[in-house]
Amino acid sequence: MIKFLTKIDGINNVLENNNLLEIEFEKNNIIKIFNELRDNTELNFNQLLDITAVDYPSREFRFDLIYILQSLTKNKKIILKTFIKENENIESITNIHKSADWYERECYDLFGIEFINHPDLRRIMTDYNFEGYPLRKDFPLTGHTEVRYDDLEKKVIYEPVKLTQEFRNFDSESPWEGMENKLFGDEKSTGEN
Amino acid sequence: MKEVELNTTTINFGPQHPAAHGVLRLVVELEGEVVQRAEPHIGLLHRGTEKLIEYKTYLQAVPYFDRLDYVSPMCQEHAFALATENLLGINVPERAKYIRVIFAEITRILNHLLNIPAYAADIGAVTPFLWCFEEREKLLEFHEAVSGARFHAAYFRPGGVHQDMPEGMEEKLFEHFKTLPKFIDDLESLLTNNRILRQRSVDIGIISKSEAIEWGCSGPVLRSAGVAWDLRRSQPYDAYDQVDFEVPVGKKGDCFDRYLVRIEEMRQSISIINQCLNKIKPGPISIEDNKITPPKRNQMKKSMEALIHHFKLFTEGYRVPAGQVYSAVEAPKGEFGVYLVSDGSSKPYRCKIRAPGFAHLQTLDHLSKGHLMADIAAILGSLDIVFGEIDR
Repeated sequence: MIKFLTKIDGINNVLENNNLLEIEFEKNNIIKIFNELRDNTELNFNQLLDITAVDYPSREFRFDLIYILQSLTKNKKIILKTFIKENENIESITNIHKSADWYERECYDLFGIEFINHPDLRRIMTDYNFEGYPLRKDFPLTGHTEVRYDDLEKKVIYEPVKLTQEFRNFDSESPWEGMENKLFGDEKSTGEN
Repeated sequence: MKEVELNTTTINFGPQHPAAHGVLRLVVELEGEVVQRAEPHIGLLHRGTEKLIEYKTYLQAVPYFDRLDYVSPMCQEHAFALATENLLGINVPERAKYIRVIFAEITRILNHLLNIPAYAADIGAVTPFLWCFEEREKLLEFHEAVSGARFHAAYFRPGGVHQDMPEGMEEKLFEHFKTLPKFIDDLESLLTNNRILRQRSVDIGIISKSEAIEWGCSGPVLRSAGVAWDLRRSQPYDAYDQVDFEVPVGKKGDCFDRYLVRIEEMRQSISIINQCLNKIKPGPISIEDNKITPPKRNQMKKSMEALIHHFKLFTEGYRVPAGQVYSAVEAPKGEFGVYLVSDGSSKPYRCKIRAPGFAHLQTLDHLSKGHLMADIAAILGSLDIVFGEIDR
């Protein structure tokens, strides 16, 4: 299977890792690659399981875009990965896998990655009129607004988040790596002096 | 400008509607009583679980999984535990594997014992609901006996399970699963040949083999369409390769097939549990590495080292080697997967949850086109929708 995968144009790196294939590909060839993965009888990746992203704010190519595919006939799963910049967009694969519709919407909603030629790219998880992209690392865990029912106005109103106690995120990771096996003065015991 | 006359009515179904199985807002376009378009608006129960997990250690992340699909909690912990173990490169002891399989199957029965009567209630039968809840209560007692909680168990943890089954539990399970097949027979006698149930579910919401695969369906929905696909069989995890069971498949892929598949799955689950009970042997229930699993409480009172381990595990947690992994289990609703990215620290860098219901709800528009408004309730019920996992 690896042999067939490496033959496809635009696939750079194929890694096998506990019964799971990890692949990096070029985002410009996405349509061709996904068609090939589905239609090639040796691969037959006919089910799209998930689309998601991972945010690395410090990198130039900020997002890892992850596609997880499964072949029901070959009993194999692959993780496809491509890198995109913050304001870049990528071709939608809704014409190849129908299930991509909501997955791409979710990705757009939570990360702000736009998919070209998506039939209906709207927010899906967050509130109507929500602003910001919650799963980006620079979005605070507590969010920006909170809602409550206002008795005077007789409706639900949005307000900036007020916390009675600041969100505390302790860095409990110890900087101390423990003692090395070597003790001060050890060198004296081995030498001839 | 040309005037177009629309003969359609648009109505809002939900977000508060007993047949919506939670908070689903469905915008339905009707022509007369025939559905032209059904557009689900989801996210009303979105709690940002994935974001929250990024701020918690691996152990602290476990309870969030109970709260996703709150009808089948343990199966989801299972997926997370497997993913973490995969990254850590550890293998859990034999007994823990069997305990996990036993409880994953109890959870499957629990889930189906809720879904089947809820579905039946949606289309007109009330009695099964009362019957099944009584039976569920008995099974939840087993959950309680091992974990202390009926629902939010946090029992499957990376490295094994939290604690061993109490003494005499195996016999009790054995006794209980002798009586359960009779109950399923009784349940079937109420439903399977019931005229109303058949009228409301046969040939309703048909999904073909290829469509089910294309739409990313899994679990009973995929199997009802005639695809013999079960992760427990095709990609066995824990002790599933040690047990023998059958994978029921449907013929048509309609609501009735999905109901039948679930009934048969319960019978298979009972058989799996009985096999596990025969094979399970005494032994450790989690890996004996105190860098990952906390020491026992009585040790902690005596041993300084155990105390240090305990303190470090519940403050910093354990560090997981950098890498990415996707682990999936056959949850009662379908393929439940966890895509985990670690950066080498003690908190996940990213944890994406692949919920089966998300893919299933997406097919609703396709399934309900051309059916009557009343059939939407039947289709929703047969897809086994729970919003905890869809909205995450």
